[in-house]
Amino acid sequence: MDQRFSITIDGKEVAASPGQTILEVARENDIYIPTLCHYEGTTNVGACRVCAVEVENARSLVASCCMPVSAGMIITTNSQRVINARKLVVELIWASGDHNCLTCEKNGDCELQDLIYKLGIEKPRFEIDPPGYAIEDTNSMIQRDLNKCILCGRCVRVCNEIQVHEVLDFSMRGSHAKVGPAFDADYIDSACVFCGSCVDACPVGALTFKQARFEGRPWEIEKVRTTCPYCGVGCQMDLNIHEGKVVKVTTDREYGQPNFGSLCSKGRFGMNFIDNPDRLTTPLIRKDGELQEASWDEAYGYIADKFAAIKEKNGADSIAGLSSARVTNEENYLFQKFMRAVIGTNNVDHCARL
Amino acid sequence: MTNSIGEIEFTDAILAIGTNTTENHPVIGSSVKRAVRRHGAKLIVIDPRRIGLVDYADIWLRPKPGTNVAVLNGLMNVIIDEGLYAKEYVETRTEGFEAMKEAVAQYTPDHVEGITGIPADDLRTAARIYAEAKSASILYAMGITQHSHGTDNVKSCANLSMLCGNVGIEGGGVNPLRGQNNVQGACDMGALPNVFPAYQQVANDDARAKFEEAWGVSLPAKPGLTIMEIMNAAHDGTLKGLYIMGENPMVSDPDLTHVKASLKNLDILVVQDIFLNETGQLADVVLPSACFAEKDGTFSNTERRVQRIRKAVEAPGEAKADWQIIAELATKLDYSMSYSSAEEIMGEINGVAPSYAGITYERIEEEGLQWPCPSTDHPGTKYLHKDTFSRGLGLFSAIDYRPSDELPDEEYPFILTTGRVLYHFHTATMTRRSEGLNERYPESLAEVNSKDAEKLGIKEGDVITVSSRRGSLQVKASVVDTPPEGTIFMNFHFSEAAVNLLTNPALDPIGKIPEYKVCAVKVEAA
Ligand code: FES
Repeated sequence: MDQRFSITIDGKEVAASPGQTILEVARENDIYIPTLCHYEGTTNVGACRVCAVEVENARSLVASCCMPVSAGMIITTNSQRVINARKLVVELIWASGDHNCLTCEKNGDCELQDLIYKLGIEKPRFEIDPPGYAIEDTNSMIQRDLNKCILCGRCVRVCNEIQVHEVLDFSMRGSHAKVGPAFDADYIDSACVFCGSCVDACPVGALTFKQARFEGRPWEIEKVRTTCPYCGVGCQMDLNIHEGKVVKVTTDREYGQPNFGSLCSKGRFGMNFIDNPDRLTTPLIRKDGELQEASWDEAYGYIADKFAAIKEKNGADSIAGLSSARVTNEENYLFQKFMRAVIGTNNVDHCARL
Repeated sequence: MTNSIGEIEFTDAILAIGTNTTENHPVIGSSVKRAVRRHGAKLIVIDPRRIGLVDYADIWLRPKPGTNVAVLNGLMNVIIDEGLYAKEYVETRTEGFEAMKEAVAQYTPDHVEGITGIPADDLRTAARIYAEAKSASILYAMGITQHSHGTDNVKSCANLSMLCGNVGIEGGGVNPLRGQNNVQGACDMGALPNVFPAYQQVANDDARAKFEEAWGVSLPAKPGLTIMEIMNAAHDGTLKGLYIMGENPMVSDPDLTHVKASLKNLDILVVQDIFLNETGQLADVVLPSACFAEKDGTFSNTERRVQRIRKAVEAPGEAKADWQIIAELATKLDYSMSYSSAEEIMGEINGVAPSYAGITYERIEEEGLQWPCPSTDHPGTKYLHKDTFSRGLGLFSAIDYRPSDELPDEEYPFILTTGRVLYHFHTATMTRRSEGLNERYPESLAEVNSKDAEKLGIKEGDVITVSSRRGSLQVKASVVDTPPEGTIFMNFHFSEAAVNLLTNPALDPIGKIPEYKVCAVKVEAA
């Protein structure tokens, strides 16, 4: 790296590159600075000010997420002045919303809650005065409770800068400021395509997955990483499991290729089929014109007898198999092996072309 | 894809042809939009419908459905005529240039305008954008392949990409976006009538000897039947038994009347699936399988990346993983298959499929690997044909435009084109059982251009009758300007408005893909 220079953070000399922000350099060096509005991969907007730090010779505290480093900079992240400022910011946020953790889906996984705890704030010194918005539950996918919104704008930036759906924005000003689709519409009445990225980005309980409501606390949920079963992109996702059931789908930007934490509506909200009561649960054999329940042994026996008889009488090429673009590589491999090695025909294809 | 999804965002130009990316591959759609909005990439969209990407495009070419070859030849005509092609690349890395040049010579912008309806100047502008970019990626999907001349379309895309030196470079390439999670893998694994895993020909003696040794049986040399040929053979009675795993041809195949008659004519139809779908209802035996969340395994995505799926929940009732069912059935037929896990099967694949030789579960625990990956110390392959093509020199093909098999006439004056919508997938057995997706898209809609609607006296939400030479159905109309005048668009997700009662089963002679993108229909207010 050309032009690396050193700066000092909390008395420690660390290397930095031009163009990096104080926050980036601190994180590279495992120095803790809290953030709320900062969201990796989107514009730094400096909205929340909890990332404030002291820079020697600067008159006021600076937002470390926005401030580029310069050679020789001396930064303090943990002075009393900094801590007081963070506390003030957090108490103001707390007091301006309805942060009722008792039934909040984010309880235990909330960045605001964690920050309040970490800063050791018993209760805000200001009167709690939530805006009193109605909770939006006009669709079954995303629930919006603007009383918990801290106006960090992460949902707006992920929608515009990462997903580029360009649906969410700020509306109104000052204490009436709101985030949401144009014309203050509900999600379901807007151009929203329900990728759910705004929910993943929300640091608090303002945006949550409706179907997961009351379906398990964050610490009770097991996440199983898998690959989306829909189109050919192969998005990496986490199935969130509680009591043997998929309650929601989340992503992790750390998983990297190929989707870097993005999903679409199908991967996000298309999992209800898994525990649908219509699922087939036993083999069926047609008897007297009707499909009737049978055991695996009966089913295998029936198929084996028929296939053997056809092979005997008409030859292996009068049997064919259609494999599937939906099942795994291992299963496709076995299926074609079955047709070729067991039945003895190359009559095997799948619906790739359809 | 010759190249990787991650390259799209950072390339200089993107040509999206026959792909409604924001609805069918939304995550790639977002990459394209980021490339445009955040990194200044140029975007050329070629599509008869006003798709979502059009709003982000530098230029939109709107050809008549079924005229892609003329458009692509026209672009190449301009690029050659204006001397914008990659001369050194063409000279050193390709062959067949002269023949291709001769073939495209007649496709002047004016001539192409006559065939496609694209203004000659727009064609020139698009050609310059594509040719002048340092790296340019072609994205395509079923809008290219589902034609009776689909193979010609694909070859024309390859021609254009090679002409500008875009094959074998970062950010370039010819990139088919696969519509289903594991189409790539099904092909790689040899679920095709002519090849074993990793595209080793069944007709090749050495390949066959290798698999005979691995599997301990003698194997047939004659390539088998394709899916359409299978249906025909069932129809005429030469095929007696059919085993279908995880497919629903009763909704997805063209000319459903024919498919139904074919399936009913079989001595035995075995259907293995997660739901009793339309095809299963015709079966003699139905076997219940586990879905993706209930088993381990791998899928290969559209950029050749092999990635894990992991068991997260138990399968319902007695349902079993497909691999277990196949192995047990094989054993019942006196060929012993005993695998204790999907991973063990991957071990066997490593041994017989050279491009998968280095792809083990251990290596793909954190991030998938892209084949070719010939050994366990190989990092996988981000883009193909670097420095040299698989066959040595890249081969240009001389291709002429051929009209679609069935064009509108007096009796059937409209073109019907089919595809998917954002909120549903394929035959919708999964998405229609998801509450939220149905809130968004509860029933099938046929898109009718507003001018046509006015002429026919059709209003938004009216039920209309759409008929072709093969069948007829009723569906609600959505009056929009997405399709061009004279064309209606329908999806194939809803079996109660099964568009494949109407589609033309005319096949591409090489790819054997049915012509889902163009057939002639009549539209009437019901
Ligand atoms: S994180 Fe820096 S201002 Fe919000």
